[in-house]
Amino acid sequence: MKSLKARNNKLSNTKSQLEVLEGELFQTELPTFQTKTAQYGQPGLKPNQLEILQINMGYMCNQVCKHCHVDAGPDRREIMSQSHLQKCLEIMQKHNIPTVDLTGGAPEMNPHFRWFVEEAHEIGVKEIIVRSNLTIILANKKYYDLPEFFKKNKVHVVSSLPFYEKKKTDAQRGEGVFDKSIQALKMLNEVGYGQAGSSLQLDLVYNPVGAFLPGNQAELEAEYKRMLKADFNIDFNQLFTITNLPISRFLDYLLASDNYEDYMEKLVEAFNPAALDGIMCKNTLSVDWDGYLYDCDFNQMLALKVDAPKSQHIDNFDLNVLSQREIITNQHCYGCTAGAGSSCQGSLI
Amino acid sequence: MSKDQSYYVPKDLKKFSQISEFEPKLAEKFFDWYGEVFKAGALSEREKSLIALAVAHAVQCPYCIDAYTEESMKKGASEAMMMEAVHISGAIRGGASMVHGVQMMNKAKKLSM
Repeated sequence: MKSLKARNNKLSNTKSQLEVLEGELFQTELPTFQTKTAQYGQPGLKPNQLEILQINMGYMCNQVCKHCHVDAGPDRREIMSQSHLQKCLEIMQKHNIPTVDLTGGAPEMNPHFRWFVEEAHEIGVKEIIVRSNLTIILANKKYYDLPEFFKKNKVHVVSSLPFYEKKKTDAQRGEGVFDKSIQALKMLNEVGYGQAGSSLQLDLVYNPVGAFLPGNQAELEAEYKRMLKADFNIDFNQLFTITNLPISRFLDYLLASDNYEDYMEKLVEAFNPAALDGIMCKNTLSVDWDGYLYDCDFNQMLALKVDAPKSQHIDNFDLNVLSQREIITNQHCYGCTAGAGSSCQGSLI
Repeated sequence: MSKDQSYYVPKDLKKFSQISEFEPKLAEKFFDWYGEVFKAGALSEREKSLIALAVAHAVQCPYCIDAYTEESMKKGASEAMMMEAVHISGAIRGGASMVHGVQMMNKAKKLSM
């Protein structure tokens, strides 16, 4: 499997993706997201207090997952520079942002990754989240000591494992990923992650392997804990269920498998106004590898910069201006408000 | 037969609640009860979805098969779990025929010298 970009797929162009999301289905049959939120008294969404700076350290990845909304892969060369990362540290410190959330691609593949984590730890950032795909730990000997590095810097590790069985996990994330993920999880457990009495937090992420919505988060978590313990003696803290959003490779999959219309109908039907209060764009800012700002990682992948012309880049970061902006929405946002809601921290309700 | 003339039209499943149009009070009671039936109780939501899937195959309701396949998947059921549910449906339906063979044998033996 290659990235959309490597395949010269039309959907690697964000304009093409937006054409689909704004296409006939939402002109004639289904309400746009903005129309829907207006029905519940929120025609425009505004942010609350900024709590999380989510930094996409680059689109390079050692995996090419089928559902990836980033279109990440080994062919991607976009990597955040050290100067941009330094700027992010200054922003975190100046505004006392409690959480930094490192994502990608594989954030560990950024050559400044370890430096940044150590600096963030040094300046006292309360929570350092690393979204690790697990297989990176085994990808090359230079990464073998990542569990110890994470432990030393008290990193909160969040990792995707779409199912506790090989077939479904490999179907989504690639041949051999499940076995390597299990190996990596054991290495993390060995240094104390996910263990009773340990402060080292290890959470797993469930993404449906297909065109359906996640089930009950608590029930799935209980099942994962039971099966991973029984089959592999693996422990973890929490399971987050994250809905697949119709962006990039998942959008390509939906269209190619003739599931796009049905899936969007499901998302719209499952719209839950109670989820609107907790959506992550209300307390998160996303930074891309080039320093530009977005309401969330999904808007980043659609190249929808924040609606704050005077503060669209970390070099002119102005929290006052940003806190007054209107959040940019489009039909992919239905993914975050469907059912129990969805965010990078799992279900909202 | 064209798609529009088929007895089963997938999009009709979404119109299920519209049966209230002809008799609203009974529809309301039915859907309230239906919702309660599928909530987790002594059985988990997933167990209930798999039971529903098995029954859907027993009564051969295509709407239910589609709906409970998806519900079971949402609740983390594997393909093996879902196919075992189908086999349970087959085993009970087949078994229901076969066990009446005892009645057949009883009759045959009574009539025979």
